[in-house]
Amino acid sequence: MAEGLYKERFDGRTVNEVRPMTAKVGIVPSADGSASFETGGTKAIAVVRGPRTLHPQHMQDGQTGILRVNYGMMPFSVWDRIRPGPNRRSEEIGKVCEWALNSVVDLSGFQNTVVDVFIQIPKADAGTRVAGLNAAAMALAHAGLPMKQMLTAIAVGKADKTLLVDVDKAEEDFHDGEGATDVPLAITSRTKEIALLQLDGKISPAELAESIEMGKKACDDILKVQMEALKNVTGESNE
Amino acid sequence: MAEKRQIVVPGETIVSGNEFLPGDGAYRDGTDVVAGRYGIANIFEKHVRVVPVSGAYYPRRGNTLIATVVDITFNGWLLDFGGAQNAFLPVSEVPRYVNKNEMAEFLDFGEAVIVKVWDVKSRGVDASMKMRGFGKIEGGMIIAIGPNKVPRVIGREGSMVKMIKGATGCDVTVGQNGKVWIAGKDADMEVATRKIVEFIADNATITGLTEKVESFIKELGLKVEAPVEVVAEDTDVEAEN
Repeated sequence: MAEGLYKERFDGRTVNEVRPMTAKVGIVPSADGSASFETGGTKAIAVVRGPRTLHPQHMQDGQTGILRVNYGMMPFSVWDRIRPGPNRRSEEIGKVCEWALNSVVDLSGFQNTVVDVFIQIPKADAGTRVAGLNAAAMALAHAGLPMKQMLTAIAVGKADKTLLVDVDKAEEDFHDGEGATDVPLAITSRTKEIALLQLDGKISPAELAESIEMGKKACDDILKVQMEALKNVTGESNE
Repeated sequence: MAEKRQIVVPGETIVSGNEFLPGDGAYRDGTDVVAGRYGIANIFEKHVRVVPVSGAYYPRRGNTLIATVVDITFNGWLLDFGGAQNAFLPVSEVPRYVNKNEMAEFLDFGEAVIVKVWDVKSRGVDASMKMRGFGKIEGGMIIAIGPNKVPRVIGREGSMVKMIKGATGCDVTVGQNGKVWIAGKDADMEVATRKIVEFIADNATITGLTEKVESFIKELGLKVEAPVEVVAEDTDVEAEN
């Protein structure tokens, strides 16, 4: 590992190592599509409902269906209780997830309708929005919606001077030296384009470029997990 | 590259080669034919399609729908069939004369109908009732099995429905929107029919379903009439799609 204060990862992973992942598709029978995605201590559930007629009517778009993403952390997902209900953070994350997912789904054939995506986080240990995006992409595919490709997401971080793939909460809270930086990014599966890129903390342009490359590599592994889950669905959902 | 009849994930290359034509649920990217939705890839004479295995119901022209009346307008009825939009049934597409002032006399709120999809437009679906086998539903029961199980309940060339009808004597109408109407002379037979249909829906992913259903019918103490001709087992999930 590079020089700096953070020499060895708390959980013994290498810098490029993603926490162990599990993915499941079809977890909610009443939904049109559903999936869960778990990495280490973070778990996300995504449920897709729709396309269905959008109300209020003035929000309808006569040219295309719209995507609406709702993100929320469950009250018990972290050590101290989170007040249930929407808040500034969850609204924002829902919005950026919506933009990211909009780059892969094609709702142009469903005018005046809405597709609702609900992302819930029952367990949180950093990287919830990327876990949510991974689950949501699977759920949207499971809902049978037209999609050009899949979407995979990963959070790359930096603790002091060390770049790390898939940071957990302990690393996100690293205070020594340069402190912690968090770069969540989402990559489309086929064209390898960036669908989401956020930055929280300080990072040099060179390091940012490197962390994107690291994230892209990790996304290949995540895609394998997603595809595996989608290909091994037994017993379909839908009532 | 995906094999024939394999589940594909959006963005996955199904086949490579310029001779292949992307159909429903597939698109071309360079020389690759790529899945544009999640489902089973079906390659038939260089024509590549992706047949959905899950998700909501998308109406297509010619589909049979079992729907309920949710609104009455001045020139027709709005029907809810469990899709993204409602279907519209104009008075002119009803098999008899209906006085526009007394439309509820013919079809009232909450009443169920069997209709045909006449046209699918961006604003909704146009339905028609002007053919044999379509009309208002009276008596019997409607059960929901989900649109993705429908092909299995119908079977190849309707073989499964025929078998159920033969065993129970009940009338079974399957709507492509995932609803089934069962009507018979007595309630016991209707319940038995319902059990069989639900059995098929629960085991929709199994191969060799016809035999399993036959033995299930026998378990219920019913007879399987006229041995169903053994046309290659309908592992075909998209039959009648």
